[in-house]
Amino acid sequence: MHELAIAENVVSSVLERTDGRVSVVRLRVGQLSGVVPDALTFCFEIATMGTALEGAVLEIEEQRGRAHCRSCGEEFSMEDAFLLCPCGSADVQLLAGRELSVTSVQVA
Amino acid sequence: MCSTCGCGEADVRLTTLDQEGSTGHGHGHGHGHVHEHAHADGDHDHVHVERDEELRTHTLELEVAVLAKNDGLAVRNRRWLGERGIVSLNLMSSPGAGKTTLLERTIAAAGRPVSVIEGDQETLFDAERIRRAGARAVQVNTGAGCHLDAAMVSRALEELQPERDSILFIENVGNLVCPALFDLGEKRKVVVISVTEGDDKPLKYPHMFAAADIVVLNKTDLLPYVDFDPDRLTRDAQLINPDVQVLPISAKTGDNFDAWLEWLS
Repeated sequence: MHELAIAENVVSSVLERTDGRVSVVRLRVGQLSGVVPDALTFCFEIATMGTALEGAVLEIEEQRGRAHCRSCGEEFSMEDAFLLCPCGSADVQLLAGRELSVTSVQVA
Repeated sequence: MCSTCGCGEADVRLTTLDQEGSTGHGHGHGHGHVHEHAHADGDHDHVHVERDEELRTHTLELEVAVLAKNDGLAVRNRRWLGERGIVSLNLMSSPGAGKTTLLERTIAAAGRPVSVIEGDQETLFDAERIRRAGARAVQVNTGAGCHLDAAMVSRALEELQPERDSILFIENVGNLVCPALFDLGEKRKVVVISVTEGDDKPLKYPHMFAAADIVVLNKTDLLPYVDFDPDRLTRDAQLINPDVQVLPISAKTGDNFDAWLEWLS
């Protein structure tokens, strides 16, 4: 359940950069980041309890995995964690999907 | 919880075991320890503000990595270890894959000093095994925590003070999920998988295998007794992580152990 640790990191990151009067916290979570958005939303509520962020809404923008195939030269969207191009090649480079960041907050 | 490093939230306890077996006191967590809080590159705030006059609210763009603090501390740990010529390895696996047995045999055969940071939710069992095998160990008990993070390793390094040009193993909490996300400042990540766990693990736990620099396939002495296809494990691990090397060994019998020692050196 590392999402609780992740949620606590989100809370401290936001509190360090604002005075806590925040109504919405927006995250970008890559599909390959290893974080489950539902679990993170659940943990965010727990992590904000008793802090200035209590009651703030968490909005998660999920980012799809994207990779470049060195064999056929195409870029493709990933359905799962497998680094496998639709052409069959496994010689691919991951371009996006591991992100885990606080993109912005709505200051009340 | 400590809002700076997050290190109090899981009731983390440190216990040092020296080679003579006396149990040193784990330092209390009154925040007497001095650790700088480094910031990762790119951890910057934009001051780009969009105002919505009607709602009297505005959007503050942050674009900050959620784990920036952990990653910054990991950078600091890595620098500290690198300056002292210490080779550091983060050992991750399910509970019972044989990490500690692998370490016991490695300590005896490494030919250079070894020290260990042991991560477990509870007990000093593993640190005691390491000490009996002839190395110094500090036990980090994470309480409810399911992984080690860079702040815990930073505190453990202060306690352990590994010697120059030694090997430092960080034996993570047995768990194939959470430890994959947290950079500790190690040089390499080692994933240990045993033949009794099944050859389907890379596809079930892709994040762990994606993070690995090497996969050690342990307990090969049991291959005749279990349905385990080493070729499938290798194929699937490389589907997740194309360049990863899979090294079959038996930490119990010592089979192919020279290949592991060679990789270490």
